[in-house]
Amino acid sequence: MSVWDELTGQSEAIEIFRAAAATTASAAGTEDSTSMTHSWLITGPPGSGRSNLAYAFAAALLSPGTPEGDELAERQVRARTHPDLGVLSTERVIISIDEVRSLVATSQFSPSVGRFRVMVIEDADRMPERTSNVLLKALEEPPARTVWILCAPSEADLIPTIRSRVRTVRLRVPNVDDVAELLMRRDGVDLEVARRAARESQSHIGMAHRLATNEGARSRREETLRIALGIESVADAVTAAGRLLAIASDDAKAITVERDSAERENALRSLGIAPGGTIPPALRAQLRGLEEDQKRRATRSLRDGIDRILVDLSSLFRDILLLQLGAPIEPVNEAIRPELDAAARDADPAGTLRILDAITLARTRIDANVAPALSLEAMLISAVRKGSSS
Amino acid sequence: MAIPQLAWSDVRPAAIVLVSGTEVILADRAIRMLRDTLKTEDPSLEVSDIEADGYAPGELLTLASPSLFDEPRLIRVSNVEKCTDVFLEEMLAYLSSPADDTYVVLRHNGGVRGKKLLDAVRAGTGGGIEIVCAELKKDSDKYAFAVAEFTMAGRRITNGALRAVVAAFQDDLSELANACQQLISDSSAEITEATVEKYYGGRVETNAFKVADAAIAGRHGEALTLLRHALSTGADPVPVVAAFAMKMRAMARVSGARGGSGQIAGALGLAPWQVERAQRDLAGWTDEGLGRTIEVLAETDASVKGAGRDPVFALERMVGVVAHRGAL
Repeated sequence: MSVWDELTGQSEAIEIFRAAAATTASAAGTEDSTSMTHSWLITGPPGSGRSNLAYAFAAALLSPGTPEGDELAERQVRARTHPDLGVLSTERVIISIDEVRSLVATSQFSPSVGRFRVMVIEDADRMPERTSNVLLKALEEPPARTVWILCAPSEADLIPTIRSRVRTVRLRVPNVDDVAELLMRRDGVDLEVARRAARESQSHIGMAHRLATNEGARSRREETLRIALGIESVADAVTAAGRLLAIASDDAKAITVERDSAERENALRSLGIAPGGTIPPALRAQLRGLEEDQKRRATRSLRDGIDRILVDLSSLFRDILLLQLGAPIEPVNEAIRPELDAAARDADPAGTLRILDAITLARTRIDANVAPALSLEAMLISAVRKGSSS
Repeated sequence: MAIPQLAWSDVRPAAIVLVSGTEVILADRAIRMLRDTLKTEDPSLEVSDIEADGYAPGELLTLASPSLFDEPRLIRVSNVEKCTDVFLEEMLAYLSSPADDTYVVLRHNGGVRGKKLLDAVRAGTGGGIEIVCAELKKDSDKYAFAVAEFTMAGRRITNGALRAVVAAFQDDLSELANACQQLISDSSAEITEATVEKYYGGRVETNAFKVADAAIAGRHGEALTLLRHALSTGADPVPVVAAFAMKMRAMARVSGARGGSGQIAGALGLAPWQVERAQRDLAGWTDEGLGRTIEVLAETDASVKGAGRDPVFALERMVGVVAHRGAL
């Protein structure tokens, strides 16, 4: 049993980290080793297991004397309670400067039980530039026993001054079979469902898990694709945009609502308020703070939901384009092959490419805070007009 | 027995004066007038204030108890809509036995808090009156308010001038009141359109929806003028785009529906008047034009949120596209 077992399809990256952990484990005193460094950046597409790899490496570094990681350290890392582990991950749209400042402050402490203090920043791409600058000094010259691990989708998401201070390890997109195999092994899903989920999630491990185990998520995805294929007029497009938004928010709610009420209950209990009791005015500010946090999380969650839909749509039109060009590659949406064939016959490759452009534009716009409804409407309308006008 | 409900200008002394409603300026004036009346009646009037949201037990009784020289007392209670439980209790007790020569003004800003107290006052306990200061929503109400301002000051104003003042200050009644006062104090002769033009030259208060209405109806020039007015009287570019998007969205959805407005309203989850409105707006629009316009709206939304250099230019371009029904 080792911390590296749970990771799928990233053997090269794992080798790098295992070697790094091994040098520190065997020759803690010698300085001639080049496999270990103090600042790491793990890049890879969403769902390739960046943060899992980061935590595996953290566990290996925090385990005394073995690069495979001992069970105690691994358990503490998994619960994020290891005293020498600092974690920054966010459920909001951006990471705030105060969070990074306090992380930088704790990075200066010596490790208390292990050989290293490990600081992990998931979603390092969510730091605005001003926030990133706070990290520079800490990344360049951390105390001798502090190790930084950042995770981001690609190097381009970080400012150059950060990139030049870290060693980058790239993950690749795991292949469909690997992901399907993981789903079968870990979640006990049968082969057909696992393969389909892996394909439709485009090897995003978390999404594949959701599609494979959650009937609602699966049917929402199918509905999305059907809607996109059935648009013929502007009225259809606007109605469809409304529907897509509703699907995205259902998707988002399925994730957040339960947690919201549980958190609220917890907060009330720790403030000593009986269920259903009135909240004294002096405590309202605390609950308001909690609600604001939850709202920020909901914003992020809705955006993620919309982005998932847009990714699904681009996979759909990619498939159509592949069929139109006759490329011998397996379509992502094999399950709706007849519809794909029909759609491919109805349009030409140039039109399909323009639709893909419209989808990319919508994604950039939503990123720039344009009202999601409006961007989706504009996107679907371009899909109708450009698809048919050519 | 219900108590008399009076307009703010008819305020008169009573043991309990309940000033209810959301229009702050009217309430303030009513309370000020009441104080002035009482002060002229007896200059030794003792005025005290209580804030009901931070009320300490016994305060009311202390202030209302008779003093050595027997002066009349005016107690102004603010924030009754946020009152504490203690206040509610003591005020209810006071209602059943009001002190002599004491006038209590209760300022209630609307809301359900303190309903028990309001009901008691309205039922006539303690012999009170209610001054209703409801928000003036209709233009005709604001017009009547302005007329009253000038008549009260004994000044003559032409109809055109009156309309111009009311149009210039649509959003906030206190601004309108101040503008009227300024005109009254600064001009000596009859107030004409020329006077209003001199003080508030060409100002028209408008909002994003009016801009959108003009643009959708194809009145390009008017829409641009209104847009400028809206921006210079405090409208922000982002909500302007949102207003356009809302109207265009309703139009696009209605454009594809068949059947009577009632049916469409049911199917789309809109109100029947919204559907009829959208159908009227749709006259002269094509599917192609709608599509093109919505694309431009999305582009404009991006521009006003930082993708473009000049938000106002982006808005003007959008107004142009909408006014030409998507052809540009």
